[in-house]
Amino acid sequence: MIDIKRLAKMGGGGAAEELHIQRQIVLPWSEAFRISIRNVTLRLGRAVITAAGVILGIAFFSSVCTSKVIQDGLAASEALQIQALAAATGGTSEELGSGSAAADIQERKAQQARQLWLVIMSLLVCGVGITNSMLMSVTERFQEIGTMKCLGALDVFIVRLFLIEAATIGVLGSVVGLILGHLAMLLIFSLKEGFSTAAKMDWSVMLIYLAIGLAIGTVISLVAAVPPAMRAARMRPAVALQSEI
Amino acid sequence: MAKIECPNCGAEIETAGIVTVCPECNADLRDVMEKLARERKTSRGDLVRDDSVTTHEFIVRTRDLAKIYTMGEVEVPALRGVDLDVRRGEYLSIMGPSGSGKTTLFNMIGGLDKPSDGSCYIEEVDMAQLDAFELAWLRCRKIGYIFQTFNLIPVMTALENVTLPMIFAGMGTDEMMDRGRELLDMVGLGDRLHHKPFELSGGQQQRVAVARSLANSPAIVLADEPTGNLDLQTGKEIIDLLKELNREGGVTIISATHDLKMIDVSDRIVHIRDGEVERIEERADLELEIGTLGSEHVPEH
Repeated sequence: MIDIKRLAKMGGGGAAEELHIQRQIVLPWSEAFRISIRNVTLRLGRAVITAAGVILGIAFFSSVCTSKVIQDGLAASEALQIQALAAATGGTSEELGSGSAAADIQERKAQQARQLWLVIMSLLVCGVGITNSMLMSVTERFQEIGTMKCLGALDVFIVRLFLIEAATIGVLGSVVGLILGHLAMLLIFSLKEGFSTAAKMDWSVMLIYLAIGLAIGTVISLVAAVPPAMRAARMRPAVALQSEI
Repeated sequence: MAKIECPNCGAEIETAGIVTVCPECNADLRDVMEKLARERKTSRGDLVRDDSVTTHEFIVRTRDLAKIYTMGEVEVPALRGVDLDVRRGEYLSIMGPSGSGKTTLFNMIGGLDKPSDGSCYIEEVDMAQLDAFELAWLRCRKIGYIFQTFNLIPVMTALENVTLPMIFAGMGTDEMMDRGRELLDMVGLGDRLHHKPFELSGGQQQRVAVARSLANSPAIVLADEPTGNLDLQTGKEIIDLLKELNREGGVTIISATHDLKMIDVSDRIVHIRDGEVERIEERADLELEIGTLGSEHVPEH
């Protein structure tokens, strides 16, 4: 048997004095990251469901953006061809492209407005979905949160753990969603318009759209996670411990 | 009028109003004043307070502690004015039928819930006066908790569960791991360090919980029905372990229970019924009674 006396020695001195001298309770970010990432990997099922919401929403966003960039690229290259043709035949580009090109542009604008509306709606739906699964994943861990508070965790520690978790899910989900949506659209247009489509795209614009998608996905999952995490953190430990799932 | 002593030059200073620097040597007195203010705060509400006697004899004191739960429109009193003094280093059992307020009392003493009325002092500090940070500090360093349902963090290994309170206490990684191993060794789980809770039996999980409760060398271990979910034999082992910690380590143990095996090891037994202290039995008065009870209820092993 190991020396219990040494291990379980009593805290000496008055509590008031000690409270003053060593009032420190910490959760280093490195530890918080380790714990949160463990939580994500060990509760993979739950994380995947939450991430699925992000993936679907962002994949839709990504596909719409990709199709816009590709269509712009195709239109630009078409315009160039017409100009070249016009220069070769001696006519003006207006005569050759004339009515049909103008109608095309009109139609494309209307279509893009519809798509923007769809993107907004899908992001809203995906936001609600993520909020719901975040709420669930916090609720089912009330007891764990209560236990952590018994062990001396401050409210901010709990929020910090859930924030890191949400950010991880948000970033990973967004990246997967962006890639999926992008590749799907690229494939569809390549089959429809020939495999030179990718070359006609304006990649700098595409990258900006991808960055926006990543930001939106991460922000949505963070915003969805904060309120339930804060609510859980503020609970008195006794209440959190007693809660049944 | 209170007088304080300057920590720097030893001069006696009257503390009328707010003094922040020593008039003799200009030393900073804010720390001393803050301590004094805290002491005054803690003594407020006491009937008589004699520093020389009470300061360290009682580690926990409750005065007129009451808790009322509001369920919809109905007010359900769980505690109706409990006065309880817990001596430093004793093994105290709180006994009573379920619904008698054991767990509520446990929550109040552990700073897990706020009383509706009355006060609870831990080492003469009134818990109601503590801010969130100080409460967390108290839970982290001063009190160890053991629950009926073990309450281990399911995604963490035994070692990680035990070291979690040490992370909060800001301990270094190496020291933390060594101490975690030692504690788990002590409860007989030296070979189960990297097992997750679901890979351990109930008794083993509760052993991890006992080790975790000792992580930061608390002065008090609060156990809420620690044997409630265990079979007789395993329950007995946990009780023996707690008793050993109490005897060898001088840890004050407060245990809510209705397990008769607990009577055997308790120094005092507080019986509560309907949210009030019914009677308090000293172990000395119980020796005889236990002799007969023990042979009937505790199986030999």
